[in-house]
Amino acid sequence: MFYREAGQFKTSYAADQQVFPILQDRIGVAVILGIAVFVVPFVANDFFLSAIAIPFLILALATIGLNVLTGYAGQLSLGTGGFMGVGAYACYKLTTIFPDVSIVVHILLSGFAAAAVGMVFGMPSLRIKGLYLAVTTLAAQFFLEWCFIRIPWLYNYNASGAIEVPGREVFGTMVTGASAGSVPRYFTVLAIVILLTVLVKNLLRGRIGRQWMMIRDMDIAAELMGVRPLYAKLSAFAVSSYLCGVAGAMFVFFYLGAAEPSAFSITLSFQVLFMAILGGLGSLVGCFFGAAFIWALPIILRAGPPMIGIPIAAETAFHVTSMIVGALIVTFLILEPHGLARLWQIGKEKLRVWPFPYA
Amino acid sequence: MNRHVDPREALSDGDGIAMGEVLLDVRNVSLRFGGVKAISDISFDIRKGEIRAIIGPNGAGKTSMLNVINGFYTPQEGSIVFRGKERQKIAPYEAAASGIARTFQNVALFKGMSTLDNIMAGRTLAMHRNFFWQLLYYGPALREEIANRRKVEEIIDFLEIQHIRKTPVGRLPYGLQKRVELGRALAAEPSLLLLDEPMAGMNLEEKEDMSRFILDVNAQFGTTIALIEHDMGVVMDISDRVVVLDYGRKIGDGTPDEVKSSQDVIDAYLGVSH
Ligand SMILES: Nc1ncnc2c1ncn2[C@@H]1O[C@H](COP(=O)(O)OP(=O)(O)OP(=O)(O)O)[C@@H](O)[C@H]1O
Ligand SMILES: [Mg+2]
Repeated sequence: MFYREAGQFKTSYAADQQVFPILQDRIGVAVILGIAVFVVPFVANDFFLSAIAIPFLILALATIGLNVLTGYAGQLSLGTGGFMGVGAYACYKLTTIFPDVSIVVHILLSGFAAAAVGMVFGMPSLRIKGLYLAVTTLAAQFFLEWCFIRIPWLYNYNASGAIEVPGREVFGTMVTGASAGSVPRYFTVLAIVILLTVLVKNLLRGRIGRQWMMIRDMDIAAELMGVRPLYAKLSAFAVSSYLCGVAGAMFVFFYLGAAEPSAFSITLSFQVLFMAILGGLGSLVGCFFGAAFIWALPIILRAGPPMIGIPIAAETAFHVTSMIVGALIVTFLILEPHGLARLWQIGKEKLRVWPFPYA
Repeated sequence: MNRHVDPREALSDGDGIAMGEVLLDVRNVSLRFGGVKAISDISFDIRKGEIRAIIGPNGAGKTSMLNVINGFYTPQEGSIVFRGKERQKIAPYEAAASGIARTFQNVALFKGMSTLDNIMAGRTLAMHRNFFWQLLYYGPALREEIANRRKVEEIIDFLEIQHIRKTPVGRLPYGLQKRVELGRALAAEPSLLLLDEPMAGMNLEEKEDMSRFILDVNAQFGTTIALIEHDMGVVMDISDRVVVLDYGRKIGDGTPDEVKSSQDVIDAYLGVSH
């Protein structure tokens, strides 16, 4: 009844090509953005911002990165954790070598290091596909982890083998390091995630995004339309790794505060992959759903039962989380490969024809 | 104004080849897969503006011939001359850039994309805005997108598929998928259009529609068409010249009437029922 495009006529192709062609969707997005900017930081407590909102946004960006590669360009990758690590170490090196340059600039630059590494490990995709490609990205993952441990230059020869995030300011406010408050960190992360999400959306709805999807759906036909597989695949690897790299840098600088090589292990790769699958491969909004769900679930399981008087050991909560996520992944892969985003879309379609079920 | 202009010359669309001249020349092409000889020493030409049918029984090498023409396969012997340029090896995207588009025997659409996006995909080579304009989206990239969208909408109107514009092609019935695939090939504004059994699996009405579209494309845009088709009625009706293949060899070449009355062709192909 309220969610209709009736009466909203498109009079130009530009209007028809908008990201959210339905007015109600545009209002919805504006409201969510408004809440994220004007409500969350002032209402939420330190725990919510630091432990939920900030990592959620960062992991959503990493999921977008993986989704560009796997969901849009059809190239399966298990190297997400490694590519995130490249971004984190690059950012650490950059900010210790050039401490006077803004940390935001370093964060955005560190993605390029990840993009370069991603393109190198994306080369095999020109020859091999599917599972075999996944195995080479797995090799990339292990190789990169090995580098993070074995190349002391990366962590400035710290005795601990870890990177410690130095304090950095943006507009006179501390945004990284031990003394940075959660609100400035939240705003910095939010700004970067929104900016990059918009840019990715722009790519996806234009020629380049179409080429990725062409390669994904039917690479032979894509080539016959003039797509050069080399450019299409490597550009997908580059953009994907760039986003993962930026996410990795933010993960350390705005969330963890310090990181050992194990922070970027295969576990992280799988966590992001699950976010992409649950959220929906080939959907941007799904990345946020998936990240929110997988990040929030263990926290809710740990905090929820005690609130209603059921004690739960951290250990148990962890196991239950693994079981639920595992079961959901299998269920989604079998029943709804397009994930939560597809359920969301079906919900909207139903709402559109409501109250008539078969309109 | 007074200068005499050959009307066929005037119709030539800038590739320097007049209507009725040879657009594509296949010269002594042979193609083997291991021990299997898919094509043996075949030569024929396609003239600008004509509808050229390629017929033959199953496994005769028809699809392989198209694959050679657009660069999926590299023949072991022989060469292809397209628009006056001789070549032996070419990548499919180069063939596309030189003006060859095609459809596939088993529909090869981009299943996850809408009809509109599939046909927009056909305009890939017409779009040039670089990565940074694409990131911005608004401005030149959007203008280019809209200019191409306009072309695509013309094709959608031409093929009468307005109603499925936004439908993911995976959900369309087979006949419509074939039509969308034709639209995608047309979107490239090719000078040579290769159609691999565009009417396979269609009912009579759909076949008639498809025949009409093929004839219209040929007449309105002057597009040269090479067509593989098993339905002899259709072939006889719409093609200007026919080449007949059998076991990878050429056994007939000429107008539909000539081919129909050739003893070799009758023995190998037309005689037996399909
Ligand atoms: N990629 C390939 N590898 C090996 N053999 C092939 C390949 N492609 C085609 N062939 C063989 O080449 C021969 C010709 O095949 P082709 O597909 O060109 O026939 P066709 O005339 O298109 O037949 P149909 O009418 O069934 O489509 C067949 O014997 C086929 O098995
Ligand atoms: Mg065939």
